[in-house]
Amino acid sequence: MNGSNGPRPEQRVPLEAMRRFDPKRLWALVLKESLQAMRDPSTLLIAFVLPVVLLFLFAYAVSLDVRAVRIGVVQESQSASAHSLAAAFAGTRYLNVTFVHDRREVADRVVSGSLRGFVVIPQDFEQRLANRGVQPLVQIITDGSQPNTANYVTNYAQGVVQTWRGGLGVEAPQAGVTLEPRYWFNAELESRRSLVPGAIAIVMTIIGTMLTALVVAREWERGTMEAVLSTPASVVEILIGKLLPYFALGMLSTLGATALAVFVFDVPLRGSLAALLLLSATFMVPALGQGLLISSVTRNQFLAAQIALFSGFLPAFMLSGFLYEIDAMPAPIRAITWLIPARYFVSSLKTIFLAGDIWAVFVPNLLAMAGIGILFFLLAKRATRKNLE
Amino acid sequence: MASGSTTSDPLRDTDSEVAVVIDGVSKHFGSVHALQSLNAHIRYGCLTGLVGPDGAGKTTLMRILTGLLAPNSGQATVAGFDVVDDNDAIHVATGYMPQRFGLYEDLSVMENMRLYAQLRGMDADRNADLFAELLDFTRLAPFTERLAGKLSGGMKQKLGLACALMARPAVLLLDEPGVGVDPVSRQDLWRMVQALTDEGMAVVWSTAYLDEAERCDSVLLLNEGQLAYDGPPGELTARLTNRSFRLEQVGDQRRAVLAEALDLESVSDGVIQGAGVRMVLRADTGSEQITALAGRVDAQLRAVPARFEDAFIDLLGGGPGGTSALAEGLSPVELASDVAVSCRDLTKRFGDFTATDNVSFEVRKGEIFGLLGPNGAGKSTTFKMLCGLLKPTSGEAQVVGLDLRRATGAAKGQLGYMAQKFSLYGLLSVRQNLEFSAGVYGLKGAARQARIEEMIDIFGLQPWLSAAPDSLPLGYKQRLALACAVMHRPPVLFLDEPTSGVDPITRREFWTHINGLARKGVTVMVTTHFMDEAEYCDRVAMLYRARLIALDTPDALKRGAVSDHQPDPTMEDAFIHLVEAEDLADEARSGATV
Repeated sequence: MNGSNGPRPEQRVPLEAMRRFDPKRLWALVLKESLQAMRDPSTLLIAFVLPVVLLFLFAYAVSLDVRAVRIGVVQESQSASAHSLAAAFAGTRYLNVTFVHDRREVADRVVSGSLRGFVVIPQDFEQRLANRGVQPLVQIITDGSQPNTANYVTNYAQGVVQTWRGGLGVEAPQAGVTLEPRYWFNAELESRRSLVPGAIAIVMTIIGTMLTALVVAREWERGTMEAVLSTPASVVEILIGKLLPYFALGMLSTLGATALAVFVFDVPLRGSLAALLLLSATFMVPALGQGLLISSVTRNQFLAAQIALFSGFLPAFMLSGFLYEIDAMPAPIRAITWLIPARYFVSSLKTIFLAGDIWAVFVPNLLAMAGIGILFFLLAKRATRKNLE
Repeated sequence: MASGSTTSDPLRDTDSEVAVVIDGVSKHFGSVHALQSLNAHIRYGCLTGLVGPDGAGKTTLMRILTGLLAPNSGQATVAGFDVVDDNDAIHVATGYMPQRFGLYEDLSVMENMRLYAQLRGMDADRNADLFAELLDFTRLAPFTERLAGKLSGGMKQKLGLACALMARPAVLLLDEPGVGVDPVSRQDLWRMVQALTDEGMAVVWSTAYLDEAERCDSVLLLNEGQLAYDGPPGELTARLTNRSFRLEQVGDQRRAVLAEALDLESVSDGVIQGAGVRMVLRADTGSEQITALAGRVDAQLRAVPARFEDAFIDLLGGGPGGTSALAEGLSPVELASDVAVSCRDLTKRFGDFTATDNVSFEVRKGEIFGLLGPNGAGKSTTFKMLCGLLKPTSGEAQVVGLDLRRATGAAKGQLGYMAQKFSLYGLLSVRQNLEFSAGVYGLKGAARQARIEEMIDIFGLQPWLSAAPDSLPLGYKQRLALACAVMHRPPVLFLDEPTSGVDPITRREFWTHINGLARKGVTVMVTTHFMDEAEYCDRVAMLYRARLIALDTPDALKRGAVSDHQPDPTMEDAFIHLVEAEDLADEARSGATV
């Protein structure tokens, strides 16, 4: 033992530091992550500005309602009843009518897209009216390149004509039963009311999956992961330390978005806040798990962003029932939606905002989200071993 | 301080002197063999250098020793713990500083230190004295609130070291801590590491700088995944006794003499040192050929002590020849004026920060002009203004008589630029990058094809043509970058840190090209971290804190640093001397104004 000027090995290594889980270490990591998140303008932008922009977008810019559709009414007949029908068209707030006397004037405008269709009140209108429905009263021409709107224009124009005819007191060829539709949960059928809750799911997907994938990949890219992995901190601590701040950020963002929805966009919150928080917290499990999995596999910010976009954001947007009805999708696509956690969240959100605390809806959704989330975490844990292989 | 930990562990090493045992360790990534059955011991209280060119396997070995990679075969123990089986204990026993700055740039110095203290199980509040000690030790105390990303290269490394030292690891592993660090900070690092080994810590310092190897107690020399030498550096150098010589005062002919010497059969390696040429003979050869050469050029031949770098190059079979195929194909450069590059009162301010402050100099045609300075001294900024990439705040810069502010397009066609960071297109193949550069500089048709083939031939790029530049070994990346910069045969060449991180043999190859080009009249502006490379320059401009503090020939700069305890200063000594003198002058100035 000549010249041994250091302590013996068992004294050199303080093995008490060799714990698998240490709350102090976890706290240090959470603190670090929070400081970084607060100093990074892009994180704050994604967590707080983006939700506001998205909500405004879905509340005002995107509307699935058809209102003030521009159509033309061609008055080829100058009779009094023709004028009366034209006036009926002018009187509805759902249509924005341009009156002309020659169909050539409006035909070009349908081609150029400035009108969605036109109604022709023919020269022999009086005659047809007298014939009592043997011949159609008017001709309706619509722009078939937008099928939804075209349908709407046809149905609505027919409705206007029928109502007008009813008002004349002339016997209309209709069934003896009158249908009086009533829309539950969203009586005015305002699409904003179902879009805004759904948008919260999009925001949470962005924060949970995209942001998490980016920040974990950034650690690999900048080499800080290598330095942290070489300390006694365990993989579980590193991962939880990474996720907790983004979990908190996601929940804060949900609260902000809910406040915005209720107080600014007049969307009712018929369920309880507690249930909403429980649902959101559960949705964060698959969202964060997916982000973690992506970044553990790619270890590259650009790739992580791309994959998060295609596997997280777009499915949440298109296949969750947020914009498009799942029931209207073809069967294979419908099958895929079962794998998308946002699907369960969107359905729960719509229920809690528009209907109330319906636990028969929530419980299966909660279980599905938690299940998918646990699967993602198990895969991510497998992918993040404590080494650089 | 006997701790109560007496858990019997069969793997614990009974010999307290040996810190690291590497036993038949091999590691491969796919078909690449990074390490091949390595055997070595590393001791406590000893500074062990892990030396080798890029791609030799240094980082792989470091990562195995920190438990971040598992060897494919063989075993390694660190502080008595197996790196695979006792992975958790390894992380407690070792302090590791990765090659890339592994700290959080958006956290402050203090926040980084606290984080690593807590990760290593230390309570930052109860260890205030240790923090103070570390801050004092690293001289970072004035900067605790500064964000780590805003530190200079040297300060970053010192912070990395401080973080790796938290909780006093038994074994400290430093992966290339000297890269990107100016000589002054490098001295600080050495001083710190020396103090740690004196306390009994085992320190492993990996490096591609061979002058650093000379300062280690013991050296593991790696080459292509194999151990080429294991022992004190002095023993390896001793093998080269009586084989190192210097031709004194060759003056203006030195480049021609070096080229001639390197082409001699008996010479294995040679470099320029100021006005002299240093040569190393091959084993079992006599000095007849170089004596004859000395006679021809009428210079005095002197035996000089061998350096570690000589031994290393010799071990690898000698350096490249002295003839540059690149320069051979070039016709002598004709310029209208004798001044190739000039700048007057060049100043660049970023906000209230002055990066370059009133710098003026002139570079003659065919001169190799070096720009030296610590990190953040303004080298790159000055460089970028000279080649028209940055607009000066005030002052003028001219290249071949063209004002870069007005005629940037025309002036840029006259120069070749190799950026400090690898700046080729990662998604284009090597050949596509060459074709792109040829196109950008207006080469057309058959001439373009011929020039591309010439570059492929000269730089040995044939095997890599369809590879992505990102996947090339560093040496080949730099070769490709140089090929792209010189393809259009510019009369003025700007090289920003061309040999940073490149192994010594490739560095020699680069300098053979640069010397050859200069002999044809190409003006070469170069920045470098390697102080010995400054010796190749005709003149060196020393930048410090944005100002030009010295401009002279390497020999004159070295002469300025001669003192009683430094009779034969190196370029690095000269550099440190100048910086210290400037600091003193600064203090005097600020003292006078108070």
